[in-house]
Amino acid sequence: MYDFNYHRPKSIDEALSALSSASDGKLMGGGQTLLPTLKQRLASPSDVVDLSAISELSGITEQGGAIVIGAGTCHAEVAGNASVQSKIPALAALAEGIGDPQVRNRGTIGGSIANNDPAADYPAALVGLGATVKTNMREVAADDFFTGMFETALADDEIVTAVSFPVPEKAGYAKFPNPASRYAIVGVMASKGPAGVRVAVTGAGQGGVFRVSAMETALAGHFSAEALTGVSVPADDLNADLHASAEYRAHLVGVMAKRAVDAAG
Amino acid sequence: MPSVSMTVNGKAVTGEVEGRTLLVEFLRQNLNLTGTHVGCDTSQCGACVVHVNGKSIKACTTLAVQAEGAEIITIEGMATNGDLHPIQAAFKEHHGLQCGFCTPGMVMSAADLLQRNSNPSEPEVREWLEGNICRCTGYQNIVKAIQAAAQAMRG
Repeated sequence: MYDFNYHRPKSIDEALSALSSASDGKLMGGGQTLLPTLKQRLASPSDVVDLSAISELSGITEQGGAIVIGAGTCHAEVAGNASVQSKIPALAALAEGIGDPQVRNRGTIGGSIANNDPAADYPAALVGLGATVKTNMREVAADDFFTGMFETALADDEIVTAVSFPVPEKAGYAKFPNPASRYAIVGVMASKGPAGVRVAVTGAGQGGVFRVSAMETALAGHFSAEALTGVSVPADDLNADLHASAEYRAHLVGVMAKRAVDAAG
Repeated sequence: MPSVSMTVNGKAVTGEVEGRTLLVEFLRQNLNLTGTHVGCDTSQCGACVVHVNGKSIKACTTLAVQAEGAEIITIEGMATNGDLHPIQAAFKEHHGLQCGFCTPGMVMSAADLLQRNSNPSEPEVREWLEGNICRCTGYQNIVKAIQAAAQAMRG
């Protein structure tokens, strides 16, 4: 790892000022992806701005019909939070399945979505539940936030502050994890609620998370696993690597979608 | 060069580090606390697990400067007055180690589990150990040791 200047601001304004005065600054949530990336010298920022000491970024609140999760909230807190467990159990289960306990104690929701790893779990949660991303500048619908592999709608000087999840009537998440990394080979979030019927897939798409409109249409008629029988996704634009071919991933999307709907109850 | 201060095993410590210095490097090289191991250095194997403010984390994927002001417990902080911690004693009793390289991380990870769940089932122990890799034991005696420690600690 190359050396860098380290900053630990106490407020978003301080963070923005540290970022703007750096020649090549990088924001850090829990560092569970950024630090391994720096170790491999895949990135060498001049400055790292650690957001973990900004108290307004952490915590989970219920606001109207939504659960709002601060960007600096770690996965273990989301998994263990009573509001999340009772209102959106699928989200608690998804957070509980990320990485391992030690990674969940440090990795944050804001860091995960800003990184937008194509095999990460949270993008499926945000798109599959119709969440809204709040930043220091604006609010962005999850559908517009994830723009491609490791790409988001965030501007260079934009910081994710929170994610608001509308409480669904039903939601389920099913993941076929890579047995070593626990990243999703395929993960599917299916839900029915104020954001409509949604099916979002992570791990499979070359461009990251995507929705499956054919499945959403089928589930809008009847929200049951049987409704998905015969509905498939083409393998054309899916990832292929040593873990799974594109065809196998396409098959898994169908299987995981059914399991997600079953889990939604 | 940044200065960092934290409490390690109940003792206040201060040191000069680089921004990039990992917590595990600070513990091993600055403080000579070499019980915390570096196995994979890619946050997968868990040999470097320590507690930061009561939660288990991977010290190879945490910067020393991120631990500013924190309470750290390492494997060296587990025994009391020369008496092994019940988890350490159970690993010894149940042969929960062979080469011993992964053991500090296993013990620290298990300690975090048992403070959350005083009576974990075998699947719960195995699930919790997702982030700790052992290449000798096949895990059987590690799981047995952690369940025995849980029983001993419940009294």
